[in-house]
Amino acid sequence: MSSFSVTEPSRRAKWFAGTLVILYALITMVPLAWIMLTGFKSPSDAISYPPKVFFEPTLEGYVNLFTTRTRQTPEFLAANPPENWYEEIVREYDMVIVGPSKFGERFLNSVIIGFGSTFLSIFLGTLSAYAFSRFKIPLADDLLFFILSTRMMPPIAVAIPIFLMYRQLGLSDTHLGMILLYTGVNISLAVWLLKGFIDEIPLEYEEAALIDGYTRFQAFYKVVLPQAATGIASTAIFCLIFAWNEYAFAVLLTSGTAQTAPPFIPTIIGVGGLDWPAVAAGATIFLLPVMIFTILLRKHLLRGITFGAVRK
Amino acid sequence: MAEVVLNNLTKSFGKDVGVDGISMTIPDGAFVVLLGPTGAGKTTTLRLISGLEKADAGEIWIGGRNVGSEMPAQRDVAMVFQQYSLYPHLTVRDNLAFPLKSPILRSPPEEIERKIKEVAEVLQISHKLDNKATALSGGEMQRVSIGRALVRSPSIYLMDEPLSSLDAKLRTDLRVELKRIHAGLGATLLYVTHDQIEAMTMATHVGVLNDGKLVQFGTPREIYENPNSLYVASRLGLPRINILPVDVFGNAPHGTTQIGMRPEHIQQGSGLDAEVQRVEHLGDQNRLHLMLKGHAITTIADPATDYKPGAQIKIAPKKPLCFDADGNRIL
Repeated sequence: MSSFSVTEPSRRAKWFAGTLVILYALITMVPLAWIMLTGFKSPSDAISYPPKVFFEPTLEGYVNLFTTRTRQTPEFLAANPPENWYEEIVREYDMVIVGPSKFGERFLNSVIIGFGSTFLSIFLGTLSAYAFSRFKIPLADDLLFFILSTRMMPPIAVAIPIFLMYRQLGLSDTHLGMILLYTGVNISLAVWLLKGFIDEIPLEYEEAALIDGYTRFQAFYKVVLPQAATGIASTAIFCLIFAWNEYAFAVLLTSGTAQTAPPFIPTIIGVGGLDWPAVAAGATIFLLPVMIFTILLRKHLLRGITFGAVRK
Repeated sequence: MAEVVLNNLTKSFGKDVGVDGISMTIPDGAFVVLLGPTGAGKTTTLRLISGLEKADAGEIWIGGRNVGSEMPAQRDVAMVFQQYSLYPHLTVRDNLAFPLKSPILRSPPEEIERKIKEVAEVLQISHKLDNKATALSGGEMQRVSIGRALVRSPSIYLMDEPLSSLDAKLRTDLRVELKRIHAGLGATLLYVTHDQIEAMTMATHVGVLNDGKLVQFGTPREIYENPNSLYVASRLGLPRINILPVDVFGNAPHGTTQIGMRPEHIQQGSGLDAEVQRVEHLGDQNRLHLMLKGHAITTIADPATDYKPGAQIKIAPKKPLCFDADGNRIL
């Protein structure tokens, strides 16, 4: 005997929902798992047909990702026995490691540009969203529409003008240039999302803080910001994901100093073509920061907006 | 604590007049209650004094200082909002400490601790100090909200219907508590309500507002016994004052068009015949609803009386209030 409940789903409904979720998760995670597995395959296993699900794992991909190597004569190899495990892996191909690859640098560029532009988007976005939400701004609606309209065409449609502009301004292939560009693309999203979140925070809190002896900015900082944390966290994740994954502009505008990981990873050349395990290893490592960032902010995402302390 | 003087204070919102030339002196240590229906300008008056709104015209003096151009923080006022605006991301303790930690006060930690303890005891929220503000019941939230004002010693406490969202029992308790705090601290309070019991029980002075204008200002007793207009007379008193055309009883000063009789100012046993429509037994009194020449009249009777609907009873006015065609009092 089970009693009927309006709010509790039945056991069968739960099973059904659970199965759907698991199926969906499997489908979406297969490519991800495949990339992660490929990172541990040997180059021949990586391109074998039919694809190998079971294989002997190797760290070759990761070693190749982080190093540059060169072929050596048998005499040289015999005279210099391998000193550590990654040297050994390379020796199988009669090669020696001559130095680190550019992956570390490119990855660091991604971190600087991705997080830099996310910070700038959130900083500017929060301030302008607050202003739009709280102050009587002349033509506020038109301004907001103007900000939104910057998203109405794909950014890449203006790639050529931006390319020319950046060359003129000396912003091509610079960190600052890429941070500004990604901020410019993200800012409209940030303003609109954050305005929604700040609109939800009742004005009474700030008024109470003003009377309690705080200035407008202190009230914003001490009362509005903590309550907007949920909104800021989710907006930051969206901004970071865009800036982190952006490919087209990165290919067009960066080539060396400021090149990010996305245009770099697919260019990793191995013996006789693309080094797929190294590419997969790079992609795996590249996935981590956004994942960690999301997990760190998860608390704020799940906490939800605090209702209740002001009666509506 | 300080005297607060309003001088010809005016504020409109577009075409709507919020406050229309209010002049009023709130004496040091007074408990002034502003009474009036929704939209009479009570809350706007509070917001103007606190600095949350800027006056179109007129002056506000707090303790001899013209505060017209000062920020809310500089005015040294504490305010309790109608909606209990507790900071939801803070605990009860941090909510109470918030005004004390402000850059204006910068109280030392020991003093903050002491004051929080004091106020928490008065408001009976000591056991909830470490709760999140959102984890309280409505009554507790409003008590914390009042507490946040009480931890300070401002020039004036502004309270905007602080008890309206509470249940009857808590409202009575807090009414007594507020009155006690007022007496104990010698605080100056400006209190907005539309509940006349609150006005009558707590106020040293009552200001009656209508359409943004201050209609009458005086002690609760003065306002009740000596209203200067029909409007003021009908704001106070429960059941409401009975208004009748002058010709029902006759015998009134020249110019009178209507007379007002408070329910307790109706003499029974002589005068005109009225029919009992309904009787309410309240325990300490009986409330009689009568019909006299087509006019509904409410009066009170001794709880021992046993009138039945349909009974005839003779009534006559005792100390009627006389009003002219514009609703002004005729003495």
